[in-house]
Amino acid sequence: MVKDLTVDLGGIRLKNQVIPASGTFGFGLELASDMDLDVLGGISLKGTTREARYGNPTPRIAECESGMINSVGLQNPGIDVLVQEKVPALRKVYGGCVIANISGFSLDEYRECCAKADACEGIDIIEVNISCPNVHNGGMAFGTDARSAAEVTAAVKAVCRKPVFIKLSPNVTDIVAIARACEDAGADGLTLVNTFLGMRIDIARRKPVIANKMGGFSGRAVFPVALRMVYQVAHACQVPVMGCGGVASARDVIEMMMAGATAVQVGAENLRNPFACPEIIAELPRVMEELGIDSLKEIISAV
Amino acid sequence: MIKALYTVIENTPLAVKTFRMVLEPTLSFRSGGEISPRGEFVHIAVPGFYLRRPLSVCDCEDGKLTVVYKVVGEGTKVLSETRVGTVLEVLTGLGRGFDLDACRQDALLVGGGLGVPPLYLLAKELKARGKKVRAVLGFNKADEIILAEEFRSVCDEVVISTADGSFGVKGFVTDALKALCPPYDYYYTCGPMVMMRAVCATLEGPGEASLEERMGCGAGFCYGCSIETKNGPRRVCKDGPVFKMEELAW
Repeated sequence: MVKDLTVDLGGIRLKNQVIPASGTFGFGLELASDMDLDVLGGISLKGTTREARYGNPTPRIAECESGMINSVGLQNPGIDVLVQEKVPALRKVYGGCVIANISGFSLDEYRECCAKADACEGIDIIEVNISCPNVHNGGMAFGTDARSAAEVTAAVKAVCRKPVFIKLSPNVTDIVAIARACEDAGADGLTLVNTFLGMRIDIARRKPVIANKMGGFSGRAVFPVALRMVYQVAHACQVPVMGCGGVASARDVIEMMMAGATAVQVGAENLRNPFACPEIIAELPRVMEELGIDSLKEIISAV
Repeated sequence: MIKALYTVIENTPLAVKTFRMVLEPTLSFRSGGEISPRGEFVHIAVPGFYLRRPLSVCDCEDGKLTVVYKVVGEGTKVLSETRVGTVLEVLTGLGRGFDLDACRQDALLVGGGLGVPPLYLLAKELKARGKKVRAVLGFNKADEIILAEEFRSVCDEVVISTADGSFGVKGFVTDALKALCPPYDYYYTCGPMVMMRAVCATLEGPGEASLEERMGCGAGFCYGCSIETKNGPRRVCKDGPVFKMEELAW
């Protein structure tokens, strides 16, 4: 039997629910010559700010048990290059759902960047990153407080016609309170979770492995915590959730969806295996067959 | 970039903590994909470790890859204990390598420590193009010297220096360069950053350097290994690892 992998995400129909997460797939173009991008349900583009950013010093990467820490620090060419060059170039090779991921250091910056992304024809969904742990006075500062999360959401919603998803940080006491605040402020959906603030020390050199000392921990190890948060938020909110955190297989995708995710983002696994997303998509029908699932839509929030 | 399975057919010590691994292609994950052209490095999945290990290619013949690596941490330790017959998953065809056409006639190769292995494949390819190839290879001490015979078999001249003077010219590669003044119209260097900076300051004229940086994906999409250059940020794994000297901001 033909398996139905399609989902409706904030009014946009995806051919399947597997989406490489922001920061783990560049601007899509980097991998265009290595795979058929069109198999992907969506692509969440690298986090973009108003001005071009070089990002943090190296080393930016630290390996961990079943995961890794990154501190790239939002290296990106700026919103104008994104909408004028990156997205049009990606559109030549990709027909699926393009998600722009926007970060900022002020409400004004979020508003300006999101308005530009909203006006860009090739972008379908705007994902607002209020959860980057790797930049100071920005990113996560907006996402760890319900009031400022709501302020960013309202400011962005005021200038966008396209669906706006707010990407939440797990580095909070009560993620449900922040999710509800974003929903009340008009968010069309939520992406969770971003990375967990972490650290490693090189014990021979007696120095942090990451040049910026700390960074965002992600990978298989975070899956149970991310799944728990997706479950809590999906049951507390009405808007669709993109589940993210430690997803590495078709079984993980199904588990995330049963917890309440409408679509599922794959992050760090792409760094271990650049072909992770197409392999997961190819594996899904087999796992659905084994579990007696005909359409993935029917298992969303099944638990 | 190609994801393929390789079988370990040799994994032997070359010097202190330094090993040579020869890998034979077993199965390409992608049909129609040719296994390993001259990628400048390969990204090897070490069983039990989350991220891959990027290793430069020392030799490539009939699809077989030779990598030379040093045990510097847990991952390379496990790699050194890998038995012949073990199948490893490898990403090949990564990075932008040495510019073989930049050299008109006389190439000078300057390597230090674990920067020496990739220069061997370069030397072979330059010789195949009819160039004169001279190599200056630096090590800390005599028992760390690797690939000396291999270089002698392909190069027109090989000079070895050791920092402690236990073999060859005493001192750093720059001391050997100053003492010998080998003729060249283009130079290639690979080794510790501090060595390559010194080489750049010592040698006149155009050249290029192969850099090393802690990597995430190894294929240019995670931006984990970016460096600042005179032309803006560049990814060591994708835009490099080889960069023209004039591009480097040191």
